[in-house]
Amino acid sequence: MRVKRGLAEMLRGGVIMDVVTAEQAKIAEDAGAVSVMALERVPADIRREGGVARMSDPALISAIQEAVTIPVMAKVRIGHFAEAQILQVLEVDYIDESEVLTPADEAHHIDKWAFSVPFVCGATNLGEALRRISEGAAMIRSKGEAGTGNVVEAVRHLRSILGDIKKIQTADAAERYGWAKQLQAPIDLVEEVARTGRLPVPLFCAGGIATPADAALVMQLGAEAVFVGSGIFKSEDPSRRARAIVEATAHYQDAEIVAKVSRGLGAAMPGEEIATLDVKLAERGW
Amino acid sequence: MTASPLVGVLALQGDVAEHSAVLDALGATVRAVRRPEHLEGLQGLVLPGGESTTLSLLLESSGLFEPLGERLAAGLPVLGTCAGMILLSRQVLNGRPDQKSFGAIDIVTRRNAFGRQVESFESTLEVTGLSEPMHAVFIRAPFVESVGEGVEVLAAVRRSDGSPRPVVCRQDNVLVAAFHPELSGDDRLHRLLLARAGGRSASAA
Repeated sequence: MRVKRGLAEMLRGGVIMDVVTAEQAKIAEDAGAVSVMALERVPADIRREGGVARMSDPALISAIQEAVTIPVMAKVRIGHFAEAQILQVLEVDYIDESEVLTPADEAHHIDKWAFSVPFVCGATNLGEALRRISEGAAMIRSKGEAGTGNVVEAVRHLRSILGDIKKIQTADAAERYGWAKQLQAPIDLVEEVARTGRLPVPLFCAGGIATPADAALVMQLGAEAVFVGSGIFKSEDPSRRARAIVEATAHYQDAEIVAKVSRGLGAAMPGEEIATLDVKLAERGW
Repeated sequence: MTASPLVGVLALQGDVAEHSAVLDALGATVRAVRRPEHLEGLQGLVLPGGESTTLSLLLESSGLFEPLGERLAAGLPVLGTCAGMILLSRQVLNGRPDQKSFGAIDIVTRRNAFGRQVESFESTLEVTGLSEPMHAVFIRAPFVESVGEGVEVLAAVRRSDGSPRPVVCRQDNVLVAAFHPELSGDDRLHRLLLARAGGRSASAA
């Protein structure tokens, strides 16, 4: 587990970017991404086009692995361990068991302990995060609401996870059993959170990040790194925006630098109001 | 040796918190280094693990690359782990063409030398000068391909073909490791850095 979690520790303070071609992967690496997420459609397109969203074509993933020297991640459907077996054969560096794809199992997530490739999973609250960790996830990210360019859900999820961690730290032994019951999470993980004041694995932020200021916001709230999905390659000038988000994530406490890199980036992705959505991806996962 | 040497941790990206925690527990005063002015008064420095291509870009854009290089050349004691080792090397193989390194230690380093994450591993190493072996966590790790004169190889791993690959090296003020002592709770390389950092300050006083 130390080796699996170790890679997530190395990604801290960095930006992981969704890419759909080898060319985009190069642009991401040139801009300073710490890792890329290889997929066929960014979440904004999955949302618009509908249909079943599945693991990407292995040929596309391999082409992206060939194009860059930084770690490459790829997504599988929730519960689809056969897709994960394929990604392990491809030697991707991290597998994202993701609500952005159409779930394959309505009750079970993948037994992630069975794999040597580490997994990242989304969570909207602390209970979900601890259940994923008990299944073997080596990194947790907020779900946010992918493909919307709207950061409000990611902020809600981060605040919920980090807020409950703070409360558990002051809980007494009896209350910690209550927390475990309420969160539907194993008591030993609740005890660990109470003792350390943090998740047992790194907590990253994903879902709706579209600007350097969004990255600075979630980093100040306590995220340890950010995933940017549609926010880069659905914007007017992906290369400059990618670079600016990298700078803002590194210097999140330094408003002068965030201000400087935010200037003249062109249009961000248009974005959507959460209340108008037909499908909420964050509700997938159990 | 001063009671509490001022030691910087390059804090642009990577596992900054783990290094800071180790240094703090050893009694150092720790400063996160993100801007050139943060170099002032440092008695030692850690370059953490992270993504070396990202760190190289951020060192440039923050204006840190040049002044930090000057401090290293002037003898600032430094410990670099994994990506930090890559950044301190004279030459980097399997990197990006535009990737910059400080050339503070005369080694040629191969990036991602063991392969992708599935090839990451843990191992126990004999390190010259340490009485007990060291537990080492290698994450998409580099190794040293060749060393120049004046570089001491303190530890090596054996490749599958039996050839030894240096993974801990030292030259004057520069100590590098291809793995992550900060992840396994082993503070002995940090102690070596602090011994040097404290020594400098005492001689300057």
